[in-house]
Amino acid sequence: MAGILRDLLRYHAEFRIGAALIAVVLLLSVLASFSPYPPQDVYVVPPDVPPSLTYWFGTTSRGQDVFWQLTFAIRNTLLFGCTVALISRILALVIGLISGYKGGWIDRALMSVNDTFIVIPLLPILVLFYFVMRDRMSWLLLALIMACLGWAYDARLIRSVAMSLKSREFTQSSLFSGMSTREILVQEHLPYVMPIVFSTTMNNMVWSIGLEVTLAVLGFTDINTPTIGGMIYWANQHTAMVAGVWWWIAFPTIAVIMTFIGLFLLAVSMNDYIDPRSRLRSFGGAS
Amino acid sequence: MASLGQPVASVRTPRSGILGTPMSGYFAYIGRRLAQFVLVVFIGINLAYVITHATPIDPVEQSISAVTSFGNTAPDAIEQMRTSLRELYGLGGSPVEQYLAFWKRILRADFGPSMSAFPTPVATLIGRALPWTAGLLAVSTIVAWGLGSLLGGLAGYYQKSRGLKLMGVIAMGLHPIPYYILALVLLIVFGFLWPVLPITGGSAMNLPQTLTFDFVASVLQHAILPALSLILIGVGSWFLGMRALVSNVVTEDYVVYAELAGVRPWRVLSLYVMRNALPPQLTGLAISLGGIFNGAVITEKVFGYPGVGSLLVDAVYAGDYGLVLGVTTVSILGVSCGVLVIDLLYPLLDPRVRVS
Repeated sequence: MAGILRDLLRYHAEFRIGAALIAVVLLLSVLASFSPYPPQDVYVVPPDVPPSLTYWFGTTSRGQDVFWQLTFAIRNTLLFGCTVALISRILALVIGLISGYKGGWIDRALMSVNDTFIVIPLLPILVLFYFVMRDRMSWLLLALIMACLGWAYDARLIRSVAMSLKSREFTQSSLFSGMSTREILVQEHLPYVMPIVFSTTMNNMVWSIGLEVTLAVLGFTDINTPTIGGMIYWANQHTAMVAGVWWWIAFPTIAVIMTFIGLFLLAVSMNDYIDPRSRLRSFGGAS
Repeated sequence: MASLGQPVASVRTPRSGILGTPMSGYFAYIGRRLAQFVLVVFIGINLAYVITHATPIDPVEQSISAVTSFGNTAPDAIEQMRTSLRELYGLGGSPVEQYLAFWKRILRADFGPSMSAFPTPVATLIGRALPWTAGLLAVSTIVAWGLGSLLGGLAGYYQKSRGLKLMGVIAMGLHPIPYYILALVLLIVFGFLWPVLPITGGSAMNLPQTLTFDFVASVLQHAILPALSLILIGVGSWFLGMRALVSNVVTEDYVVYAELAGVRPWRVLSLYVMRNALPPQLTGLAISLGGIFNGAVITEKVFGYPGVGSLLVDAVYAGDYGLVLGVTTVSILGVSCGVLVIDLLYPLLDPRVRVS
């Protein structure tokens, strides 16, 4: 693991930039624990103060310090992305591995459902979900439903790898040595698909955070829990751009773009690393 | 989408007559795609049903509280509204009856009168908004896909070119940016800093919506910014996808052979390389159709475009249950129709599906 990280750091400029961006974002989210103000409180500092030495990122029209508010927002947003990614990874792994290994009608049935979930437009469905839940909408509930809708694409990816693993000799020998399907999948096949699982985690986080920001900007989430989208929502509610309180929108925007580009670059460089052909090329090019 | 996991193979030209019975293979393919289409619609509508019926919250009471919160309503009027809503959404009777009533309404495209624009039927409202969204999405999607695939193909083929490398960096930086942020930036730049383009609405208010030159010109002018925000985000991912595909294809033996045999470069690029890299891009286009709706809702809201996305958001704010359900259903139908069309076009580009 440490060796892989060293290689990635040494040979991939993309990985270095991505890791640096994510490190900054993570640092911000850790700082949330040291915030002098609770995240829900309003009018704890003078409102509408531009960025200064006292208030690094300025203050909002609701009397909150943008910097500390941002740390909470980033933390919650990342937590949200991780939760969605974790649950949808489990779904994608189970469905992808079973579908690829079993084949036959199980595979066809699972993949038909899978393809359906790939194309169904999620935003209207999530909006409908918010419409019926209204005030009971919490970020955990949203994370759960998004995980249930967002596993399909990666399940297909995992299935294609599982299919090629099935025809390898070691699968036959473990089958003949009396291992059950579950044992073969967990002990033999799982290690081979883990790299893909890691790289798709990043993409999945970009997807879920983007969707959460979209919903939050429209006010279709639990707007009282500070997230990046929630911050922009409140800024819009107080017409921050028109009032000239640009820092209220600018800093969350910069933070979310940093997160996105960081996660994306990490995913790209990991994909490069997984593919032996491009790994050779990048090593050869760098030395 | 059955061909999602397939590698880019080196089948070159379609000569369907030679390989077995191509037509029956084609019909089997069409049949499978139609079955998939039915399944998408079925699961999508069921999802909507489950969400609206299996939640602990009574949607009728929700709608009523949303409507009555705007002002004082007489108690008997509320009671009337409650009965009509219960009938409208089939909340009476056993679960099986409810389920069948739900499907009946969907199949007849009958979502009752809209509550926020009473008494206009929901179907009329959606019908009015649909051409705007369909037009905006169709044009911007095709432009983004075409431009991204073309540039990405060039970048994959001419890997040494500086300009194309720079474009790759820009595409990489642009495409993870959320729609909303980009739309907002465009709004600020072209609306306030350099006000040359209209920033809201679908056409100028004072023009009658008939097919005159003024109206069409105004529609096009109003569509520039929303379309631009969708295209800028879209081009990036198509560019990156196509570049990756093409840089795999160019290492294939038959490409090297063609180059050595002195086939003209543009011919190698277009017929040997691009053509074989396109099918996965087309599959990607089908997959992304569902996601396009996410962008469209935000874009339409930011630019005040009179499409289905604005309708959906306004319906939620107004507590209009029938309209929200109607838009959700129509978007599921619309996206699955779009996917079906792409699936049916697929054999034209990839002859393998006709014989498999």
